[in-house]
Amino acid sequence: MTRAASVSSAPRGGVATWWTRQRGLRRMVKRPLPVFGLVVVLLFVVVAAAAPWLAPYEPARTDFGALRQAPSTAYLLGTDEIGRDVLSRVIHGARASLQAGVISVLIALALGVPLGLVAGYYGGVVDELIGRVTDALLAFPFLILAVALAAALGPSLTNAMIAIGIASAPTFVRLTRGQVLAVRAEDYVQAAVALGARDLRLLARHVLPNAFAPILVQATLTIAGAIIAESSLSFLGLGVQPPTPSWGGMLNVAKNFLVQAPWMAIWPGVSIFLTVLAFNLFGDGLRDALDPRDAA
Amino acid sequence: MFRFALNRALTAIPTLLIVTLMVFGIQRSLPGDPATILAGEQKDPEVIAFLRERYRLDDPVPVQYLAWLGQVARGDLGTSLRTNQPVSELILEKLPVTIELALLSLLVAVAIAIPAGVVAAVRKGSLADHSATVFALSGLSVPNFWLGIMLILFFSVQLRWLPASGFVPLLEDPIENLRRMLMPAFVLGTGLAAVLMRQMRSSMLEVLQQDFVRTAHAKGARGIVVIVRHAMRNALLPVVTVLGLQLGALLSGAVLTEQVFTIPGFGKLVVDAVFNRDYAVVQGVVLFTAAAYIAINLVVDVLYAVLNPKIAFLGRG
Repeated sequence: MTRAASVSSAPRGGVATWWTRQRGLRRMVKRPLPVFGLVVVLLFVVVAAAAPWLAPYEPARTDFGALRQAPSTAYLLGTDEIGRDVLSRVIHGARASLQAGVISVLIALALGVPLGLVAGYYGGVVDELIGRVTDALLAFPFLILAVALAAALGPSLTNAMIAIGIASAPTFVRLTRGQVLAVRAEDYVQAAVALGARDLRLLARHVLPNAFAPILVQATLTIAGAIIAESSLSFLGLGVQPPTPSWGGMLNVAKNFLVQAPWMAIWPGVSIFLTVLAFNLFGDGLRDALDPRDAA
Repeated sequence: MFRFALNRALTAIPTLLIVTLMVFGIQRSLPGDPATILAGEQKDPEVIAFLRERYRLDDPVPVQYLAWLGQVARGDLGTSLRTNQPVSELILEKLPVTIELALLSLLVAVAIAIPAGVVAAVRKGSLADHSATVFALSGLSVPNFWLGIMLILFFSVQLRWLPASGFVPLLEDPIENLRRMLMPAFVLGTGLAAVLMRQMRSSMLEVLQQDFVRTAHAKGARGIVVIVRHAMRNALLPVVTVLGLQLGALLSGAVLTEQVFTIPGFGKLVVDAVFNRDYAVVQGVVLFTAAAYIAINLVVDVLYAVLNPKIAFLGRG
């Protein structure tokens, strides 16, 4: 038993990978784009958390004396069709987007990672079955699946997040399964098996830690996709319901007032673009930092 | 080769069956009686009775499923409550518009992505490479419906060069049709271009390092000849596969683009159906797109094997 413990605590490949990752992370910190991504992500997190204090007005407060007003000192980004402050609504809109991004990905992880572990670890019929279900899920175009689920469950932010989570799960099933297959073939895992380590112990001590880095990278990039998906559903009217402010929902209204109030259409879109870009830059940076193949 | 194609087709069948189970499952998971839901707002007792009969709702669920599957297999996807038209007819009516949009965007995407990807790979680390990378990341990060809105704001509202919306059938007036499809195709094409460019760049980088490229250089072939005739042709293969996998994203994008530019295509059909609670249409469209996706990827895989016989050989083992 003591032998088994020593095998598991110092896996052969593990130490080297740990070092390359440390070096990788340090390299990443020196590169401007991933750092820019991280800073912008944190900035939006702060904006979302402190929205009630940062926003100059209540997001639902209407000023009927100032309908569709161009940006001014009173309303920095102008007002919308019923006299609400666009800036305050953009600030509050960060909440729906970040919430949707993070929670959808958590749902996708909760569904995808266990299924991938099981499929890769047990193989055979189980693997075949999970593989076919994953293929089937992947066959539905993302938005069509989300639209169908939103139609079945009713439009709301919660249901949009469930739909996005389910639609994103297949990526994690495939990724985790691939990692399990790769790790299983390693000598130290074979050694642990030979020494009688049980399934759960193997998965928890050897397989998951090794699969962690690629899953983290994929999760970061999937948050970017999930934010676009949420804003798309809200744009179609199938996500966040008015009057709750969301960037997609604001654009849905703004597209009807492009001639009279173009400012309504600019900032919610810029916000989506910046947030998604930031997650993509950060995710790309993480991938370069954690991928040992590029470490040389 | 034939065996590979057959094998690949056989694995598609269980996937397709699971797809039908999921679509059936989603429809059955709606709260309430399926016949009442399918009957829509009117709740006409006669219609409800007809639907109960048609979908065998008094039989056990497995029988209902098989009965429905039998109808679907014969191309019967149900009837729209709004227009009383068969759903399959509605789909065939709207599909050409979306196919035209998709093909035009594909053209835009390929025209941007292939040259940009090749230049970025050949001049790795140069200013061109960096700008291509920034363009690709921006293309992946910009929500396409917002890009559409910004183009309308600039080209229609400000400059008044292009109409903001409205659709003219291709056969009625090809020039006007193209003029109106220009912005939608560009909007839908940029996202795809970003994905393709990244793939083209990385597979080109891989090919450029291989021996046969060095050999071609060594035997004195000109740089451009080596790049186009030797490297590019081989680098295009994985791009074709990615293209097949991007089909779903293209359709999702089309749903939004059609909404922004009010194009009466496939995507607008689904969204309108959702808001009209026309469940038969939603169900039919979802099933159709999934089946089409599986079929097209089957074709792409087989084509890929034709282009690269190694795959079929490995698939045999």
